[in-house]
Amino acid sequence: MTPFAVADTPTDLVTPTEATMTAIDTAAPTWTAVCRLTDLAPERGAAALLERADGSPVQVAVFRLLDDSVHAVQQLDPYAAANVMSRGIVGTRGGEPTVASPVYKQVFALRTGECLDTGGKEPKAGLGEHLESFPTEVRDGVVHVRAT
Amino acid sequence: MRPASLTRARDGVSKMFASGNPSLTVRSRWLPTVDDMSSEPTPRSTRHVVVVGGGPVAQRFVEALRSRDTDGAWRISVFADEPRKPYDRVGLTRYFEVSDPEELTLGDPALWDDPRVELHSGCLVASIDRENRTVTDQFGRVHPYDELVLATGSNAAMPPIPGNDLPGVFVYRTIDDVAALRGWVESKREAGRVETRGGVVEKPVRGAVIGGGLLGLEAAGALKALGAQATVIEFGTHLMGVQCDLGGGQALKRLINDKGIAVRPETATKQMAPHHRTGDVGHLDFNDGGRLDVDVVVVATGVRPRDELARAAGLPVGERGGAVVDLTCRTEDPNVWAIGEVACIEGRCLGLVAPGNTMAEVVVDRLLGGGAEFPGADTATKLKLSGVDVASFGDAHGRTENCVEVVWADPTAGVYKKLVLSDDATTLLGGVFVGDATPYASLRPMLGAQLPGDPAAFLLPEGAGAAPDIELPDDANVCSCNNVSAGTIRGAVTDHDCTSVGDVKSCTKAGTTCGACLPLVKKITETEMERAGIEVSTALCEHFAMTRAQLFDAVRVADLHSFSDIIERFGTVPEGASSAGRGCDICKPVVASILASQGNGHILSGEQSALQDTNDHMLANMQKDGTYSVVPRVPGGEITPEGLIVIGQVAQDFGLYTKITGGQRIDMFGARVEQLPEIWKRLVDAGFESGHAYGKSLRTVKSCVGSTWCRYGVQDSVGMAVELELRYRGLRSPHKLKFGVSGCARECAEARGKDVGVIATDKGWNLYVAGNGGQTPKHAQLLAEDLDSATLLRTIDRFLMLYIRTADRLQRTAPWVEEYEGGLEAIREVVLEDSLGITDDLDAAMAQHVGAYEDEWKAVLEDPDKLARFGSFVNAPTTPDPDLAYVAERGQKRPATPEEIAAGAVDPALSGPVLVTGPTLEVRA
Repeated sequence: MTPFAVADTPTDLVTPTEATMTAIDTAAPTWTAVCRLTDLAPERGAAALLERADGSPVQVAVFRLLDDSVHAVQQLDPYAAANVMSRGIVGTRGGEPTVASPVYKQVFALRTGECLDTGGKEPKAGLGEHLESFPTEVRDGVVHVRAT
Repeated sequence: MRPASLTRARDGVSKMFASGNPSLTVRSRWLPTVDDMSSEPTPRSTRHVVVVGGGPVAQRFVEALRSRDTDGAWRISVFADEPRKPYDRVGLTRYFEVSDPEELTLGDPALWDDPRVELHSGCLVASIDRENRTVTDQFGRVHPYDELVLATGSNAAMPPIPGNDLPGVFVYRTIDDVAALRGWVESKREAGRVETRGGVVEKPVRGAVIGGGLLGLEAAGALKALGAQATVIEFGTHLMGVQCDLGGGQALKRLINDKGIAVRPETATKQMAPHHRTGDVGHLDFNDGGRLDVDVVVVATGVRPRDELARAAGLPVGERGGAVVDLTCRTEDPNVWAIGEVACIEGRCLGLVAPGNTMAEVVVDRLLGGGAEFPGADTATKLKLSGVDVASFGDAHGRTENCVEVVWADPTAGVYKKLVLSDDATTLLGGVFVGDATPYASLRPMLGAQLPGDPAAFLLPEGAGAAPDIELPDDANVCSCNNVSAGTIRGAVTDHDCTSVGDVKSCTKAGTTCGACLPLVKKITETEMERAGIEVSTALCEHFAMTRAQLFDAVRVADLHSFSDIIERFGTVPEGASSAGRGCDICKPVVASILASQGNGHILSGEQSALQDTNDHMLANMQKDGTYSVVPRVPGGEITPEGLIVIGQVAQDFGLYTKITGGQRIDMFGARVEQLPEIWKRLVDAGFESGHAYGKSLRTVKSCVGSTWCRYGVQDSVGMAVELELRYRGLRSPHKLKFGVSGCARECAEARGKDVGVIATDKGWNLYVAGNGGQTPKHAQLLAEDLDSATLLRTIDRFLMLYIRTADRLQRTAPWVEEYEGGLEAIREVVLEDSLGITDDLDAAMAQHVGAYEDEWKAVLEDPDKLARFGSFVNAPTTPDPDLAYVAERGQKRPATPEEIAAGAVDPALSGPVLVTGPTLEVRA
């Protein structure tokens, strides 16, 4: 399995500085630096592979909006049982930022993960109706997500 | 099967039934084919109605009885002498437009699969035994009935003109008549083809139609459609003498002449004479001494009710034929009914489908215990000869005492309109419309009612002053074919939640037969919805209050090139909000498509990338587990062995499941997002390009092998398919587009199941449009014939651009054509005759598309910014999704089911990364 720690993933896409990493790791162990803000295209998502506090892996969909705010929800689409939420279309519903499932087009609130429109479908067996949402922070141009 | 035993057996059956012991009949049967109540145990309460005849009226009877007989009290057997399901005789001329006569079949074909309905097609009824209540079919089988409905219709009448039995003399009544006519004209054309030094010279086929009525004009139109000349011989003073007065008939003659059809009124045919050499019909001699050379003659002088069965059964028949019935459509025998053209009702037979349908409904009502009566004949008619509008209703000849007539005649425009009114000029008694039948739909239901305002206002040409709005009474009959009143249509909106003309059509059947009333149905529906406070929003979504077509124009005219600019300019700002928001999964892909259709560069460049729908976003087709399938373009389905090997090698190296698509190419499934660039680098290096299987755009052009190899091909269909596919590749449209090209009329490429279908002829190409397979299959319709290649491309260019500009979101070409104002005819006028003056613009738009085409995948491989989107995880771009799991099936992999995953039945060798690549892909120069 590819390591989750950003420092161990020296790709072109993610090169946070050594200093940043240290600072965050001390501040809150469950915060993970995911990428630079500029690695995210506005109004499109990206998937990230994180580790929860208990060490289990979790896939997260991270979205950058036009105002450079960043939101994170679970990558698993409960209505399709596939890890695809980052590939949905970002928009608004009554001003509230949303993402639509790329599979069956359920609409979720990006801030809370709440399903706003099930499209008449039921989630797959064992999966909840809403998305789990994850706290995010942008520090020094680096996006951090906390997987609890 | 000797006649002697046949008779004996038949008698036996009758007697057994008379004795009321049906179980004995089984033993006395001499034929194993048993179809009636003895063949299966039937509840005693179920009764059996036998319908003799299989025309439109019989179809209506069965349809109405099955839909109203909710208790299943009746079983129905239908005996039709034609070997097919009831078809639309009114639309017989459409036979030339459809390749398959099945398309003329009336109503839902599922009706004939109903277990309570048995259709004996190609089976005549030979006799009726009223005493024992049985009918005997032509094979000698005896069928008992509880009630008998005669719907035998009419035969085309053949007047006793000498020579009427010569080869080449036809009547015009059935599909077989029309097919025989076509065969004859084609063989005459073939015979008239002479090879000269200057090339092949074709002698025109000369046709004549005897009879200038409704049917005669349709037959003349059919001759023209077959490429023959046509002269209409009319005994009376003018055409359509039953429906039109002299003024209307003369206006009609001018319009018919404009269609290239000659008319000879006041002419009696003395004889049809044989050609001295062939013995086929060769010329007509007229009473006035005139003569007309002909190769084919269609006789359409009228019809004669087929009342032989009724006569033989001793039922009373009318003076001019037809089984006499009362207003309940019952004959003298309380168990025998007659409907349609064979019924002599109120002293006459009615040769129109609408009153026939009404009679069918009356009998159904009576069988179910109702008290319906025939309300009197609606003899309104509308001629459907292409391009010529003729309609009449009520007292068209002004025979009512003291009636007054209001006439508008414009001989230069070929228009004649007349209303017949009561002596005080207020009550509408009838009307004739020639050249412009627009007032027909709204005025016909007003028959016998008071007209609001000045009657002349209804006759003025469009734009000369608005005709007063008519508020139809609820009992006004709007659709006479299906007997639907204005009240029923209103009820469909208020009580059955219909919110569109389409809903109303399927709910009430209004406008589903001849379609003449559709404008009125639309108007009533819309008015009623308005009244009921039902607002039908044409808004795309909460962000745009426009339709796709409106937005397309707005973006084009305002010259906008980004979503931000478009939503700022045209977006809907909700009350209290400061902006329209940022779109959604509905409007963003629409804007993406509009921008792509108007040429705004790569679909993943800049802000556009955030607008793309699921598949476009990754330039691949997402499958159920979040992986993708990859389809390289194989233009026209033509591929080299080397190309096949490359695809095979790529699929093997990346562990992809492969399947041949319906569009003659190869789909490779199970590609992970981070593998897409590697896969495409291999494909692009080998000369492949994106197949746009992911786009609402041109998918494939399917072809048969054509004249280069095929023994029957008349044109190079593969060459044309390749040319078309390369011309329109990447063209973004409201929905996917599929093409087909066939090299001959055998149509092996199934082009008529495509949005654009091209079929080779010996003179060029026939162009069909607006077909599709899928959930609602539609056959493509003929748009233009015998085009040369350049004209074919130009016509398709314009058709596609018009579609792209004016269709709704996710509306395929078939529903678009159906909803386009004026239908296919109007589209033909736009693209072939430039009726809107926009063809230069359409041509320029297509030229821009063709010139600006680039392979989307090649462009991605050359651009590091776009490539960066194809990582699996932003913090681990080459790590595969760890949850993907596969099992093997038939030698390939497929996604594991949840049960297989839970049971640990996943094959790790199939699920892990097959091809290990470096963390980044080398960017192409």
